[in-house]
Amino acid sequence: MPFNAPTSPHQLAPTSITRVMMLVILALIPGIAAYVWFFGWGVVVNICIAVVTALSCEALILKLRQRPVLPFLSDGSAVLTAVLIALTLPPLSPWWITVIGVAFAIIIAKQLYGGLGYNPFNPAMVGYVMLLISFPREMTSWIPPNELADSSLGFIDTAMFILFSTLPDGISFDALTEATPLDSLKTHLALGNTVDEVRAQLGLDAEASRVLSVIPIFGAIGGKGWEWIGGGFLLGGLWLIYTKVISWHIPVAMLGSLLAISALFYLIDPAHFATPMFHLFSGAAMLGAFFIATDPVTAASSNRGKIIYGCGIGLFTYIIRTWGGYPDAVAFAVLLMNMCAPLIDHYFKSSVFGHKK
Amino acid sequence: MSMAPVKLWDFHGGIHPEQNKLQSTTEPSALAQLPKKLVLPLHQHIGEAAEPIVEIGDTVLKGQKIANANGYVSAPVHAPTSGKIIDISEHPIPHPSGLSALAIVIEPDGRDAWVEYTPDQDYSEKNPSHLRNIIREAGIVGLGGAGFPSFIKLNPGSQKKIKTLILNGVECEPYITCDDMLMREDAHSIIEGVHIMRHALQAEECVIAIEDNKPEAYESICKAAAGIAGLRVALVPTRYPQGSEKQLVQVITGKEVPSNGLALHIGVVCHNVATAAAIYRAIHLGQPLISRMVTITGQAVKQPRNLEVLIGTPMDELLQQCGAEFDQIERLVMGGPMMGFALHEINLPVIKTTNCIIAATREELGLDRPAMPCIRCGACADVCPVKLLPQQLYWHARAKELDKVQEYDLFDCIECGCCSYVCPSNIPLVQYYRFAKGAIWTQEQEHKKSDQARERHEFRLMRIEREKREREAKRAKKKAPRPKTDTAKPPPVDGAQMADKMRQEAMAQRDSAEAARKTEIQAALARVQAKKKDAAPKTDAPVAANSPTPAAASTQASTPTSDSDSSADTATHKDHEQSQ
Ligand code: SF4
Ligand code: SF4
Repeated sequence: MPFNAPTSPHQLAPTSITRVMMLVILALIPGIAAYVWFFGWGVVVNICIAVVTALSCEALILKLRQRPVLPFLSDGSAVLTAVLIALTLPPLSPWWITVIGVAFAIIIAKQLYGGLGYNPFNPAMVGYVMLLISFPREMTSWIPPNELADSSLGFIDTAMFILFSTLPDGISFDALTEATPLDSLKTHLALGNTVDEVRAQLGLDAEASRVLSVIPIFGAIGGKGWEWIGGGFLLGGLWLIYTKVISWHIPVAMLGSLLAISALFYLIDPAHFATPMFHLFSGAAMLGAFFIATDPVTAASSNRGKIIYGCGIGLFTYIIRTWGGYPDAVAFAVLLMNMCAPLIDHYFKSSVFGHKK
Repeated sequence: MSMAPVKLWDFHGGIHPEQNKLQSTTEPSALAQLPKKLVLPLHQHIGEAAEPIVEIGDTVLKGQKIANANGYVSAPVHAPTSGKIIDISEHPIPHPSGLSALAIVIEPDGRDAWVEYTPDQDYSEKNPSHLRNIIREAGIVGLGGAGFPSFIKLNPGSQKKIKTLILNGVECEPYITCDDMLMREDAHSIIEGVHIMRHALQAEECVIAIEDNKPEAYESICKAAAGIAGLRVALVPTRYPQGSEKQLVQVITGKEVPSNGLALHIGVVCHNVATAAAIYRAIHLGQPLISRMVTITGQAVKQPRNLEVLIGTPMDELLQQCGAEFDQIERLVMGGPMMGFALHEINLPVIKTTNCIIAATREELGLDRPAMPCIRCGACADVCPVKLLPQQLYWHARAKELDKVQEYDLFDCIECGCCSYVCPSNIPLVQYYRFAKGAIWTQEQEHKKSDQARERHEFRLMRIEREKREREAKRAKKKAPRPKTDTAKPPPVDGAQMADKMRQEAMAQRDSAEAARKTEIQAALARVQAKKKDAAPKTDAPVAANSPTPAAASTQASTPTSDSDSSADTATHKDHEQSQ
């Protein structure tokens, strides 16, 4: 469309996609810091690998699609996708896991759909789910938090292991890994144990765990560390809402619905269902609520639509976590709701000024 | 003030752009220097261009009428100073199209001698329609930027009771301070103008709305308004586009102006504060609209300030007077940065709607930001005061899906620019909307033309058919012995009948053409109204009907076909809804 004479407005807000993306990445820092504190340097190494992969893939495809490379490369969206994928991977995943996941996310889930703004599915979640399905063993080999581990690795050792699978003498991979709390809870519940028994087995007596599960922030059922990471993301997310980078609708709806449904089942049968707090502060709930579900490209756009969308993610997360085949479910829930977003947008338009309500 | 403070309501969205108002308010306003020549375009308002009533070589006095209003929606033009008419021809005018239009050029004689005029102190005795006539003859149009003839908006019509007259001193656009200055320096004229307006409208109450970034103006107005019954001053929190009529009506009354309606329909009328002052001068002093306050600002201007400027003064002389560095000017904007338009030349004349001239530098504009794809962040929808979905509009406008954009209520968009302003992808959203609106109008125009052609064709077929039937009927009735000559040589009686018939047909044809023209005018007016540029465009049809001035009704009918084109044209280009 030709525009010759510059038309109004002649003044623009000092904002850009780059700025928005960078603020979001900045807001991830408290969560990442907690991650490093509890799980070592693996996540940092993963982030570095992921970012390099993302930028290379993005540049390559932009070149092939004959798009301007620099403005798109510097918009920060690829970097954010990379960081998010890295945050969902086990800290000691081999490098090729990260590379495959990120490349898939950028090339298939983002660029093949038309690049920034055109992808119907959250690229980070597509990458993660692809990995989970293709490499289930690598994707579930988590390590316990540093304090509970028999041994932990320094930055160099971590990098060496991720890149070359070499461990210092005397440490075996099995000694390093352990299932995530969500995972083990699920496994044990499936075996017919009650929540208390699971906790007892994992080293906490039933009495203590019941007390602690009220305030899980102090660590319950081996979820130690996870609460702090969740807390870190919560903090960053609240800051994003405060600075108006994201709106409150999606996170509040998602966490609210997750809280409500888990509370419901917990009240009905506390022996077989985990506490609401456990759900909120485990796995990717916080990360998902503030940083993944809020991806504007793939979410619903009206405020009412966002609430429906967020609730959907919260409910699906609980359902899949509890009855589905995978321990965590945020990624699946997000993708499911991505599919519904256009429909939600279609049905939840706000009423235009001056039109009858 | 003894009256209760005005309860304020909220409007959706809006933004807080950088104000940039302080620069031009450090000094009191001053008179602009008398220019070497004054260029007075005949089309400075919404509606029909005025018709010149002077000739080249005539000498005119200050305040003398030099062009007559042409039609109901039109305004006369007056000589801003005494001098000689040296030219009447096409001149470049301030218009987004950058086109030229007919203008009268006056060479001032330096005497500044007034024409004889009659002050009318005792307006309250007068019939409101008499007041409207004076205001109409004084050439007063909305000075907030809309330029709609004010007397129309002072006519409540026969059936409407006006509850609230809102005086718009909001001035929400950045940079502009002319209303602020006027309120600080001449609150008296404004308040006197309010009295006249209330009388003309028979309005129950009046609220003067001022944004809280203008404390001096607020104080000055409060002082002047103290103790007047039914007059309240509202200090509203600064937010753009609060000065837009529908938003302001909502803030003050809590009511939404219906999508296809006018503020008048909910018993509210909005006028700008400067218009009130001009009305005061017209009634009390008998002086027509020949000058106005203009803000000269922008980074390229060394002494930004407000000047009282004669209409027709070339802008470059004003910029000169304020010490502009001409080589620094990257863009010259008339109006505010949000809704004003970029001028194509520097020596264009100030017209009645010129509230502000911004000589912006390159760094000031922050140009060269590439547009990125929409990331559906929803920031635009959050700030849209009309609660539209700008990103959907953009999507469909870009795909040229003209029916879809209308489904998303494109024509409710007031082109305030909030969406473009906040878009992190720097998408020129409003440009897409303007483009889509233009495309739809063109399409409608074409439809109408083809409809008319089809109607004409059908009419012709019908006529042929009817003639045939009539001939046959005649033949059957006559049963004349000389059937051969029957059709070839109709008897004289038939000839007379035919003539009569032809006359009737011609009349019918003219009527249908007239009807078509009228619907076209209606459509054009509807479009003008759809543009929300000013509350009144739609008024003129109904108001014309019950207007006390006989001219109104007749001009309505005799408006030439070109009328619709020029209205549509106005609609396309004068986007200044703000009646600030
Ligand atoms: S603000 Fe710009 S990027 Fe965001 S949804 Fe609107 S058009 Fe798209
Ligand atoms: S320009 Fe139109 S779409 Fe954009 S914010 Fe203003 S009214 Fe809404």
